[in-house]
Amino acid sequence: MAMGSTKWQWFYRLGSPRWFYEISGRWLPWLVCATVILLGVGLFWGLALAPPDARQGHSFRIIYLHVPASLLALAGYYIMAVTGAVGLIWRIKMSFMLMKSAAPIGAALTFMALFTGAVWGKPSWGTYWVWDARITSMLILLFLYLGVLALQRAFTSVEAGYRASAILALVGTVNIPIIYKSVDWWHTLHQPATLKLTSASSIHTDMLEPLVVMVCGFYVFYVLALCLFTRSEIVQQESATAWVKALATSESRT
Amino acid sequence: MILKKIVFNVNGVAAVRGFSDYVKRDLQLAYRGLGDTVAPLIFFTMVCTLVPLGLSPDTQRLSEVAPGMLWIMALLSTLLSIERIFIHDYEDGSLEQLLIAPQLIEIPILGKIVAHWLVTGLPLTLMSPLLGLMLSLPGSAYPVLLLSLAIGTAYLSAVGAVGASLTVSLGRGGLLLPLLVVPLYMPIIIFGTATVTFAVDGMQWLGPLAAMGAMLCAAIALCPLAAAAALRFSSI
Repeated sequence: MAMGSTKWQWFYRLGSPRWFYEISGRWLPWLVCATVILLGVGLFWGLALAPPDARQGHSFRIIYLHVPASLLALAGYYIMAVTGAVGLIWRIKMSFMLMKSAAPIGAALTFMALFTGAVWGKPSWGTYWVWDARITSMLILLFLYLGVLALQRAFTSVEAGYRASAILALVGTVNIPIIYKSVDWWHTLHQPATLKLTSASSIHTDMLEPLVVMVCGFYVFYVLALCLFTRSEIVQQESATAWVKALATSESRT
Repeated sequence: MILKKIVFNVNGVAAVRGFSDYVKRDLQLAYRGLGDTVAPLIFFTMVCTLVPLGLSPDTQRLSEVAPGMLWIMALLSTLLSIERIFIHDYEDGSLEQLLIAPQLIEIPILGKIVAHWLVTGLPLTLMSPLLGLMLSLPGSAYPVLLLSLAIGTAYLSAVGAVGASLTVSLGRGGLLLPLLVVPLYMPIIIFGTATVTFAVDGMQWLGPLAAMGAMLCAAIALCPLAAAAALRFSSI
């Protein structure tokens, strides 16, 4: 019994909002530094040093925002679903708080991916929007995020809002592969002959290296944003507890 | 009286009876509130009238868009009625009775989904040839249209039940429900429209129809579970 409790201690400690608030407070300066350095280096490298594309010229440089945003938009949905599932199964409130915070970040990243894609599409394809398989599934992903966001805020009971949006996120997860496959299949039926996406593997190493830095930067930025959103959620939800009250009075005094 | 019978079912055989009792009960309720039941069908017909008015009465153009239009309208009509699957039970307290009963609630939920399909999806399917005629859908596509709508509307009812169970405690007048459910409906409308379009063009339509069947099987297995989980907390 004693062994069992030490073995699982770390797991239960993860469930404590106070513990998360304190530990993430210690991480924050490092995360901010890493984000600023990685994004700064990646942007300067990608926008200024990398050679212009042979066919697309300088317009290809938006790839350094578009690709990381798209990657994280999709990864963010899975993070949201996994934290939601953990919350539902083990009834950990902390996990629900992470899930709630992941939704607005993911929605913003999905929107960013769509927006940068549209801006990129104009010079390279000659149009802002095409019903391409990938673009269409990103749009549906944005709708899924918006549904979760709307449901979270619809309930007066916080607990009910957490659980409802966690179930919806899980249902969405089951559907994402189906949606992706069906849209892909649909697209091959209606293949527009004029447009063709360049294959990603043909990218030159000089262009790829800054992209890798940007992807890492976006991941760190995601963790930073998730921590900040979750911390504000913790303070909001735990405002009745003694430690948050102590935190508020000590901060207002200094 | 029906409720009393269901509440005390515990074992497996009784669970099957719980299913059929709930189908019967919901059909009876639908019959008594006939106006509410018929409204989606009238809506379906009325929106069909909008298509030639808004687009063009030209038979050539109408027959091109007919498969997609019929499918979109079937989806919208289902969306209009899906809220009803739990809302009356929630309001009169019988949903609470179901939840505290010592039995699996997934099976009665499946019964309610089936009843919903019998009341909305099936009539929509049976009406669709008439509307296909009005939209000058080519004659060869009618059997396929019926088949695809029969499978597809069942899927719409099953997935819609999850959305309805998530929003049931939020009260009426939700624009929220369509917001949650429509993204999940997108694959079925792709395959549904493709099935009918293939039949019109004289191509093999069995493939997309089989995909729809597979999706329906998955939905029947998973949707009652998700709806039950959602009902358990949302009606607290």
